Amino acid sequence: MPKSLISIHDFSKDEILHILDIAKFMEKNRCQKILDGKVVACLFFEPSTRTRLSFETAANRLGARVIGFSDTANTSISKGETLKDTIKMVSNYVDMIIMRHPLEGAARYASEVCDLPVVNAGDGANQHPSQTLLDLYTILQTQGRLDNIRINMVGDLKYGRTVHSLLQALCHFNPEFIFTAPDELKMPQEYKTLLDSKGFPYEETSSLTEHLNDCDILYMTRVQGERFSDPMEYEKVKNVYHLKADMLGGVRDNMKILHPLPRVGEIAEDVDNTPYAYYFKQAENGMYVRMAIISYLLGYNN
Amino acid sequence: MPSNKQLVVSAIKDGTVLDHIPASNVFKVMNLLGLQNAENQITVGFNLESGSLGRKGIIKVAGRFFKDSELNRIALVAPLATVNIIKDYEVVEKKTITLPDEIIGMEKCANPLCVTNHQPIKTKFAIIKEDNSIKLACHYCEKVTEIVYL
Repeated sequence: MPKSLISIHDFSKDEILHILDIAKFMEKNRCQKILDGKVVACLFFEPSTRTRLSFETAANRLGARVIGFSDTANTSISKGETLKDTIKMVSNYVDMIIMRHPLEGAARYASEVCDLPVVNAGDGANQHPSQTLLDLYTILQTQGRLDNIRINMVGDLKYGRTVHSLLQALCHFNPEFIFTAPDELKMPQEYKTLLDSKGFPYEETSSLTEHLNDCDILYMTRVQGERFSDPMEYEKVKNVYHLKADMLGGVRDNMKILHPLPRVGEIAEDVDNTPYAYYFKQAENGMYVRMAIISYLLGYNN
Repeated sequence: MPSNKQLVVSAIKDGTVLDHIPASNVFKVMNLLGLQNAENQITVGFNLESGSLGRKGIIKVAGRFFKDSELNRIALVAPLATVNIIKDYEVVEKKTITLPDEIIGMEKCANPLCVTNHQPIKTKFAIIKEDNSIKLACHYCEKVTEIVYL
């Protein structure tokens, strides 16, 4: 079975660093027609803007052609076709499948029913490994290192898959964590147990300002309404943090603000013009990292 | 069986005795071993006194000997069960249950959004053993659920 990228656990530390290396090359050489003649399927069973467009752009910049769909309304899935049948059918046409699906584990299953590399572009609240890799790439780019980073994760730490995957990936690099979240959205115990077992320190707070000044990376997240089953719970916490430019007076010089985007109210627009804002560059990096992932999984290593 | 004590569940001549089953899981064990449709003579005891379990269940199946792979199916619901092979009223062999490293197609994933609960997929879990509990890590959605005993 060819190598797929379903979960950040599928890549070793060396492989992660190798992908980041390729991404760096891609950033310097934005058009590489190495996949001329290849066809990549982008199957989005759930809406997405950034992820789908950056994957499609990445494939195009590598010279591959892209087929696919961005919602399931006009496909046989609305007629009741099973996921297995859809994947098996598409796998006969293309060289690689990139997919997003609302059900957790869908991409793993897809990788088992076909003989192609599969890239998980998000499976419900479970994994979104290309986001994690682009976060690592951005941290490396802004700090010049991945080791010994002190990172402050803010917002929805309970349901946010990006923070969970990033936490796990950073465990390769001796991190220190600050978890800033309201009581309802605190980091789940299983991740704190993981850090305890590895001996990595973490602090918890519900105050956004408490640890603004002593971190290298401020990783902001959106409180995702779609993950809440109780709308009342969502109303209570949706606007709990609002970062403004005048709060950044005492931060470290090297501090950068990341956000997986879209933002709704967590970061005021006046932050965009400070030297600490890095989330748009982070989104751009997503394209280079996805170029790296696609070319690596299709066997282009150098 | 040469003993002065009276047996609560009568002895069998040849077959298998499954002892030290948690009282609440006797039916599950019956199902997992496919005994609900068996034609063998089966005697079952519920809520018997037990030193280690408090209350235990016991199942005696006459004329039936199980393969190890069959017996290990009950590992999740009766990990402390002991299995006695009986021939001519004597225990000729004692077995314990071995917890496998993974189980396929048996448990349902507890995560309602797991793909296995929506598509025709055999579930698959890695088993993580800890002191008084067993954890199941779903191969698909990666969620870990805990099963607590005793």
